[in-house]
Amino acid sequence: MTLDRRSFLKLVGAGAGAAGLPMIGRAAELMPKGAKRVVVVGGGYGGTIAAKYIRMMDKSIEVVMIERNDHFISCPFSNLYIGGILKDLSPLTIKYDKLAANHGIKVVQAEVTAIDPAAKVVTTSKGTVSYDRLVLSPGIDFRLEDMKGYDAAAMEIMPHAWKAGPQTVLLRKQLEAMKDGGTVVLSVPLSPFRCPPGPYERTSMIAHYLKAHKPKSKIVVLDANPAIASKGPLFTKGWKDNYAGIIDYRPAKKVTEVDAGKMTVLIEGLEDVKGDVVNVIPPQRAGQIAVAAGLVGDDKNWCPVNPNTFESTKQAGIHVIGDASNAGAMPKSGYSANSEAKICATNIVALMNGKELTDMSGINTCYSYITDKEAVSVAAVYAAKDGKIVAVPNSGGVSPADFSAAKMEAIFAESWLKNILTEMST
Amino acid sequence: MMMKWKGWALATGVLAISALAQAAPPSAAMLSNACAGCHGTNGGSAGPTMPSLASQSKEAIEVAMKKFKSGERASTVMGRLAKGYSDGEIKAIAEFFSKQKLHVTAQAVDAGKVKKGASLQESNCGRCHIEDGKEGKDDTPVMASQWLPYMQMQMADYLSGKRKMPEKMKEKVDPMSKEDLEALLHFYASVK
Repeated sequence: MTLDRRSFLKLVGAGAGAAGLPMIGRAAELMPKGAKRVVVVGGGYGGTIAAKYIRMMDKSIEVVMIERNDHFISCPFSNLYIGGILKDLSPLTIKYDKLAANHGIKVVQAEVTAIDPAAKVVTTSKGTVSYDRLVLSPGIDFRLEDMKGYDAAAMEIMPHAWKAGPQTVLLRKQLEAMKDGGTVVLSVPLSPFRCPPGPYERTSMIAHYLKAHKPKSKIVVLDANPAIASKGPLFTKGWKDNYAGIIDYRPAKKVTEVDAGKMTVLIEGLEDVKGDVVNVIPPQRAGQIAVAAGLVGDDKNWCPVNPNTFESTKQAGIHVIGDASNAGAMPKSGYSANSEAKICATNIVALMNGKELTDMSGINTCYSYITDKEAVSVAAVYAAKDGKIVAVPNSGGVSPADFSAAKMEAIFAESWLKNILTEMST
Repeated sequence: MMMKWKGWALATGVLAISALAQAAPPSAAMLSNACAGCHGTNGGSAGPTMPSLASQSKEAIEVAMKKFKSGERASTVMGRLAKGYSDGEIKAIAEFFSKQKLHVTAQAVDAGKVKKGASLQESNCGRCHIEDGKEGKDDTPVMASQWLPYMQMQMADYLSGKRKMPEKMKEKVDPMSKEDLEALLHFYASVK
């Protein structure tokens, strides 16, 4: 959330230039608002799709998408890079130029520093932007107060790699540098967190790497949950069939503290576990900007929303989609964020045109790789019922327990990635 | 008066939280947009093993979804997803995608195979796969510009018996060689 020097100078420049006076309190307005404007904060799985679909459905609404980076790297499939299957992150990286040009979306590369729900103004590192409706798709931030010792410096020693990018690269480099016979420690927080099957796919991919390159090594998984939180029987079988002796899975082991100097994690003050590589997946909450705007619910972590509009129940005019929202039965996955963005876009367009709302209908489809050639999936359809998002009864589910579809699903997963990233970038 | 009040309330956001009861059932677009994460925006797929649905025959989509739902047609995720929709919703989804513009797939095809496939199409398949596969008779699927890897996977399923071939198709396919079938698929993939 800090301003770098260049952004700061731009901010000062804009403030002084526009008013012709020394900068006072608020930065200058970046772009004057016309008749109808939606501002989207975040250019990931949710934000890009919300921006695009609003423009697809109503060209009279101006859409401004604010994102701090000039590109986005997908978390889905980043475990394949960590496991040595993908040679770089380029297949997971999108830019915004085609999306912006194809749909007339105004993309602003800036950091959002504050939201004023009463004035309907977003403050960014480059100036302020007014909105009629705001869509927040900020993803997650970490509850560092629940993981003692895990500060910015510790993250460079014990990566989380739970936001794809430099952290992902760091974790892979550490695995590559580790001696054969070393121990990797992976800690999993209590649910809910971003990507429920993610830690277990990561375990599989790290084990895949170790089996191929460092066969005397092992991975110890310290899971705060009482059991594998998603696709449990499938991971259990996949690990038994492929990684016996490599994966040491320990349920109900909640890591509460780390010591980056000693390379140890501490389980509820009782037990130290030391690793040569330590991957800490910290407990999570909605992205900081959503917390700062007062959008989180009684749990202090996630943003309660109306299931049809994804409008915050805490602040009118602000919609929260993706991992940051509490979307009932819909999991915190990339595909959910994509689906939620379209539901939100449809009903924002209705709201801004004084039209009747439409009940939500959503999907989640997500794949997890067990080996380089086998994947398992979970899929479900969601509907609104009594003001809540529920899975449609007698539908959905996970892959067959005997792995009979696993090779086929690994092939379909590749097309899943191509399609969803193409949706976001064109 | 009622409509006016509601319109005002929606426009001003007063009803935003309490409007739940008044929401209309999911529209065709609401239902179908959720599919686009895997099948591409408006059903134009960018993934070689996921079929484009844009401009597909509505009967073909409806029949496919109902067979996925009943389990008659084997699948990985489609059976699990199809069970989440009523027959009316399936019909709405099928109509939505059938109305979208044909998605011209950028893919490499073999010119020699395309030529051979064109003549096979005319003499064998054209009665049901009408207009070079741009249209389909009854529930015959549109083949034009479909992804080659997807069609190859489906043909493999037909030949292995995993997917049941319609009688008329079987009569035509049985005498053809693997090379003939491959040429046909290259032809369909090339149609724009």
